[in-house]
Amino acid sequence: MAESRAQGRMAGTHGTLILGAAVMVIPFAWQLLTSLKTLTNATRVPPTIAPDWRWSNYAQVFELLPFGDQFLNTAVVAAARTAGQLLFCSMAAYAFARLRFPGRGLLFGLFLSVLMVPPALFVIPQYEIMADLGWLNSLGAIIAPGLFSAFGVFLLRQFFLGLPRELDEAARLDGAGPLRIYWSVMLPLAKPGLLALGILVVLASWNDLFWPLIVNTDPEQMTLSAGLASLQGQFQTDYPVLMAGSLLASLPVIVVFTVLQRHFIQGIAFSGNKS
Amino acid sequence: MVMTEEGIAAGRAAVPAPAPGGRARRPRRWTAEAGWAYLLIAPTGLGLAVFYLWPVLQTGYFSFTEWGPFGGHEWVGLDNYRALAADAEVRQALVNTLLFALLGLLGIPLAIVFAALLNRPKLRGVSVYRALFFIPVVTMPVAVAMVWRWLYNGDFGLVNQLLSVFGVEGPHWIADPATALYALVAVCIWAGLGYNIVVFLAGLQAIPREFYEAAEIDGAGPVAQFRRVTLPLLSPSIFFVSVLSVIGSLQLFDLVYVMAGSGQAARSNPAMPRIQTVVGLFYDKAFYTNDRGYAAAIVMALLVLIVVFTAIQFRLQKRWVHYG
Repeated sequence: MAESRAQGRMAGTHGTLILGAAVMVIPFAWQLLTSLKTLTNATRVPPTIAPDWRWSNYAQVFELLPFGDQFLNTAVVAAARTAGQLLFCSMAAYAFARLRFPGRGLLFGLFLSVLMVPPALFVIPQYEIMADLGWLNSLGAIIAPGLFSAFGVFLLRQFFLGLPRELDEAARLDGAGPLRIYWSVMLPLAKPGLLALGILVVLASWNDLFWPLIVNTDPEQMTLSAGLASLQGQFQTDYPVLMAGSLLASLPVIVVFTVLQRHFIQGIAFSGNKS
Repeated sequence: MVMTEEGIAAGRAAVPAPAPGGRARRPRRWTAEAGWAYLLIAPTGLGLAVFYLWPVLQTGYFSFTEWGPFGGHEWVGLDNYRALAADAEVRQALVNTLLFALLGLLGIPLAIVFAALLNRPKLRGVSVYRALFFIPVVTMPVAVAMVWRWLYNGDFGLVNQLLSVFGVEGPHWIADPATALYALVAVCIWAGLGYNIVVFLAGLQAIPREFYEAAEIDGAGPVAQFRRVTLPLLSPSIFFVSVLSVIGSLQLFDLVYVMAGSGQAARSNPAMPRIQTVVGLFYDKAFYTNDRGYAAAIVMALLVLIVVFTAIQFRLQKRWVHYG
């Protein structure tokens, strides 16, 4: 009796979860199906479900946009921002977590204050800086502000604080200096933290729209987000092509996430339960 | 938290046990420790100063200026703020943004329910469910917006096609002033659900099983257990998620920009006044009509809004958040 009731409850749990998961997944399934239909079939009432396997919709994305260039731009921007943040943030985070110096609390407070300000407050002056440098419509303009992150410092500092002090003290007894300890002791131990931050930065960078939209208006210099957004204004009725384009643009990150899911989830849960 | 435990375990394995009876030597103080610290902090410190901290002050200054058509700006005192207070468009955007923030909170109970279901002992397939719920979180917002624009299409969209099965004729969701805001709120909740579930699931997993066993011995049923054990112990996570959710909604931009159209297209969307957000209006003024002084005043108002709302939430937390 009790067992069958428990089984029933488990079935109810799965039923609810499957329903929820379906609501999450069906939009993407419909996106995929639409991307392989002719426009005529995509706009049929009542709708057809089976695709026409019209792969030329995907080829057309490359004709409407410099999609290859934009894909490369997006990858370069994400790689540069990630490399910059992993290096710079870990350096600062180590100093805040382990070194003693006058003004430590004040400086850390200043860093944290950046976290509380909405990005819209930064962009006019950032735009002016890029215009003064002559960097508008270049990848440098998209990359530069994203090399630095208060969030990254905060996340990695929390991570360093969780590592046992005996380790760096042992290295210190052996005569290692701060740089040696940072590079040879702390960084190797912080790999899970670095990986989590790296994935978060790649994701944020790949999906970012606001800043790339502002600094780069030349299609050849745009990232995928901005490029796709520009597409919908002009060709707003050709949904199969739009679905193909948005699928191609978002797929890499979805794949990366699925492969690295464990680390990614840890990063989220970590930042969500420690701050 | 899992990460920290792994790190600590790795650390323990590598530390040699202290010699028995031997007094631990104190590490020598480094010469110039502070110098190294400043050097390590310098890159991020300078970057944050140039691209973030100084710009905030500049934006504050810009909010008191008016920009000419060929660059250059002059001090106009409080003019922008006076115009702001009298601007119906701004007021409407503020109302819309507040509605997005408040209605967005409805996603929290939904996420708690799914997290609680995923936390049931001996449940199979947790990582599969979690991955599926998480897909919208990692998908490019522009792509999400395009997909939903298509789903919401009044004539051929899947939503209305499904409704027609039940004999309901759905509206043009995002072009209809009566439904646009709610349709967008639904997408926001849908897109953020997976993130919230992950945070709540981590919070739930940190609650010791013994608490539930003790409650069960005291005769508490599932509902009472949820109210007396789960909710209080989960309250720090709920607080964290609701603060983030409000701050995020107050800055909503991407979804509206893509779903409602931009530039000329936005101007021709009859629902636009009902979904234009503060940041959307800021973008429009700063980079479409190049009215940067006024745009700066708009985001200063946004900053005030965010500070006030976050302060209210922190004040209220004393009443309902329990830190173990």
